Amino acid sequence: MIQGTIDKIAGPLVVADGMRDARMFDLVYVSDYGLIGEIIELKGEKASIQVYEETGGLKPGDPVRTTGEPLSVELGPGLLTAIYDGIQRPLDEIRKEAGDWITRGISIRGLDHDKEWDYTPVASVGDEVSSGVVLGEVPETVLITHKVMVPPGISGKLTWVIDKGSYNVDTVVAKLESPNGDVVELRMFHNWPIRKSRPVAEKIAPIEPLITGQRVVDAFFPLGKGGTACVPGPFGSGKTVIQHQLAKWADAEIVVYVGCGERGNEMTDVLQEFPELEDPKSGEPLIMRTVLVANTSNMPVAAREASVYTGITIGEYFRDMGYSVALMADSTSRWAEAMREMSGRLEEMPGEEGYPAYLGTRIAEFYERAGNVICLGNDRRNGALTVVGAVSPAGGDLSDPVVQATLRVVKVFWSLQARLAYMRHFPAIGWLDSYSLYTTNLKDYYNRELGEDWVPMMKEAIALLQDEANLQEIARLVGAESLSPEDQLILYTSRSLREDFLHQNAFHEVDTYASITKQRIMMEVIMSTHHEMRETLNAGVSPKEMFNLPFKEDIARMRYIPEERLQDIEAIKDSVRSALTDLVEAEQSA
Amino acid sequence: MIKEYTTTVEISGPLMLVDQVEGVAYEELVEIELPNGETRHGKVLEVDSRMALVQLFEGSSGTDISQSKVRFLGKQVELGVSEEMLGRVFDGQGRPRAPFDVAPPIVPDRMDNINGAPINPYARDYPAEFIQTGFSSIDGINTLVRGQKLPVFSGSGLPHSIVAAQIARQAKVLGEGENFAVVFAAMGITFEEADYFIRDFRKTGAMDRAVVFMNLADDPAIERISTPRMALTAAEYLAYEKDMHILVILTDMTNYCDALREISAARKEVPGRRGYPGYLYTDLSQIYERAGRIKGRKGSITQIPILTMPEDDKTHPIPDLTGYITEGQLILNRELHKKGIYPPMDVMESLSRLKDKGIGKGKTRGDHADLFNQLMAAYSAGKDARELAVILGAAALSPLDRKYLKFAEEYEKRYISQEETENRDIIETLDLGWDLLKLLPRKEMKRISPERLDKYWPVDGKNGGDE
Repeated sequence: MIQGTIDKIAGPLVVADGMRDARMFDLVYVSDYGLIGEIIELKGEKASIQVYEETGGLKPGDPVRTTGEPLSVELGPGLLTAIYDGIQRPLDEIRKEAGDWITRGISIRGLDHDKEWDYTPVASVGDEVSSGVVLGEVPETVLITHKVMVPPGISGKLTWVIDKGSYNVDTVVAKLESPNGDVVELRMFHNWPIRKSRPVAEKIAPIEPLITGQRVVDAFFPLGKGGTACVPGPFGSGKTVIQHQLAKWADAEIVVYVGCGERGNEMTDVLQEFPELEDPKSGEPLIMRTVLVANTSNMPVAAREASVYTGITIGEYFRDMGYSVALMADSTSRWAEAMREMSGRLEEMPGEEGYPAYLGTRIAEFYERAGNVICLGNDRRNGALTVVGAVSPAGGDLSDPVVQATLRVVKVFWSLQARLAYMRHFPAIGWLDSYSLYTTNLKDYYNRELGEDWVPMMKEAIALLQDEANLQEIARLVGAESLSPEDQLILYTSRSLREDFLHQNAFHEVDTYASITKQRIMMEVIMSTHHEMRETLNAGVSPKEMFNLPFKEDIARMRYIPEERLQDIEAIKDSVRSALTDLVEAEQSA
Repeated sequence: MIKEYTTTVEISGPLMLVDQVEGVAYEELVEIELPNGETRHGKVLEVDSRMALVQLFEGSSGTDISQSKVRFLGKQVELGVSEEMLGRVFDGQGRPRAPFDVAPPIVPDRMDNINGAPINPYARDYPAEFIQTGFSSIDGINTLVRGQKLPVFSGSGLPHSIVAAQIARQAKVLGEGENFAVVFAAMGITFEEADYFIRDFRKTGAMDRAVVFMNLADDPAIERISTPRMALTAAEYLAYEKDMHILVILTDMTNYCDALREISAARKEVPGRRGYPGYLYTDLSQIYERAGRIKGRKGSITQIPILTMPEDDKTHPIPDLTGYITEGQLILNRELHKKGIYPPMDVMESLSRLKDKGIGKGKTRGDHADLFNQLMAAYSAGKDARELAVILGAAALSPLDRKYLKFAEEYEKRYISQEETENRDIIETLDLGWDLLKLLPRKEMKRISPERLDKYWPVDGKNGGDE
């Protein structure tokens, strides 16, 4: 342990003297308050420290103590349902200790070390085990079985295993003899430095989509399990609602939600809503599969920088158990701004818009921790960590350095548009600019699950929307009625696609989630209507007559039909067919 | 014993560099005695083992290097708070502000650090109670709820001050005899505006339930940094210690941000967009996030910050960053203002994010959400028709489009627009919405559930718009 003294204080940056033997990114305690900080620069005797708490009242000469350990999180049973600040301090415990406001120098461990868990050993004495091998299991919540694994970097032969029973996380549950003869004691938890990615056996390409129940995402711009996506958009375009929707409905087994520098009330919303919402698959409260990391905008800026790493390390840990994990980070711009602020205080040469030159590298490193993987261990289990980052570009301008650096690494881009939000079209994901590079990878899945005609149907729908964009300009000049009947039909169907399919009400009980089966049937109704209408036009029926048929209402209401009555949506196809046949017959007899 | 330093080595802009200091703490409050006996205040912005950089609250004019005496007071900037603050007018540092207030200083109940501390997100309670402002365009469309922060984005020459004063006067919580008060912080506004507010408050009796912090345009710009923090410290005391519901109005945040830029420039920091410091977001959030409700405490803080958008540009860093922190925004529109509509509220671009939890049965009325959706859809269709009429001529409009156009006109004239003294309660606002919808054919009411439509617009009732 090295002890130095404070030399200078400027906001969240503290420079300490007498720190010659300290190491980069070591955790330090600053002053007698015991404020938590991390070394981010070393120059001779001096260490620059970013402090994760308010620095007001610190004085030059105050002591600084290093721990010799990097900033780490505790990984073990008790993570789920927790709400942490940016450096894994449980906010509920902070409240118990400090009251309604967050004060300084509170040191609380990430896991509850008193709580006892039902532990069932899986490995037995004499087994040769290596990193990632499952030692035992703990039913952490009703939804999730926590697998206690051999931590990375450790292997050997098990010499002792604890019996089935209730233990706290500090209990030694197994002992092994490593190849060099040392005896290693393994507990239910271990520490892992947040800035280091956890090792895996193998990375593989995403082959299954993360089903989100959001039609525009699942149908048009799907995200693969283990993939990366970014949602940039100006304020008011619904970034947070989309992130919340994904956290609620995505078919991941574990959700890590990082509220990074965002609104306090939004985190409260998540906290109050998740225990009440049911997981569509299991019917259990969503909170049972969720870990929350909340560092709101008014909490110390340096901890904001750490919060995304804390979140992703927890995500990787569950991935290593073989789960499919989804991490939402809202918003990565605040994380980048925290980096910019620290960089400015360090007087580094700025890159674009004052952001440090290493911005792009940091963003790429972060998203690269996502992936579809074969986990370490002996059973080649498959785990996936999907990352969705919201970006809040200044003025909604996509040339923002954070957006650009993010787009270079992510594979899915959901472009939120102020124009759509203004028209109250939610989710405001623009269908012309957004893209997903996973569609090819996922094709086999779609052919298997939704039939061979799904992908061509999707392509046709997207093409229609693109045609609409071109036609609309002409329609604005000459009026929609002067367009050819075929073009009028394109406008009609694309409008139906927009209003009846893409538009989705997150606050409506039924509409908030649509299974892919429902999505398929809805799409089929719209597209088959389109095809039948085209034939009706060919039979000489005027578009005006056709566009005002009552089934229009039925199509508009199909999204409110619950999952258990999907046959009602199917039935619309028949009523469309008969209504159109009647028209043709009337036309022919006239 | 407090040491006195005469070792100032540099004064530039609002900053003062003091050499050979010992035991000075970051953010410590500083007192400077000028050669003429006047005292000024400041705080420590940066300190190392030798030097302290001090930011002066009242500007540096009259200070000098050789004779100014600097004392570090061993505490951070504090505000003395007590219930006596109600009805008083203070300056940006919490002293009675002449000529608006000539009474002696208050006897503080306790001293609070003006920076506050972040509310633990776990301790927050979600804002869900309706506040009635008496404006249809706010209550009916972009509803304000207790504990929300909802800024007004305005432009120079728009009547945001009048709107703000009217909100301060009319705002109330429905139903109960709740304890309601207004904390008003003015930053860099003119004497005329300030005078308008004070006179308006006095005339209408709102002053008894108000605490005012005032920094005028000719007061030191630097004092604007502490003004909103003083106001919020007072608000927190009244809300969380005295169980009051506090509405905090901060005007004009643009002046606050400019003061922040001034200090940043004086410190020669790397500027972000338009010269504003890179930490503007963090700084603003430390003000705005002090709004809210706390579980187990009765009081609440609701904020309405007002800012003028330079060149009416919403993407300017100040409105932009504000919008990212606050829960929606109310936007005043120059075009409506020119048409003589008061308040010139752009209901389409405005947004209250917390609206959904604050309206409906038991809060306003069961039909509120449907009615809101239908009004917005109809107004939007009406505006489209208006655009079309400009391009193609009004004669080219279909009969339905003409009805929508008529609706949009009436909506602006009767719903958005109201008198400066008119205080519409929420029931009046909702009923007015139904009256206006009846200008349209009943079958156009697609956003309203059929049962509700039957209740508020029976088929045999007056079918205003039907042929």
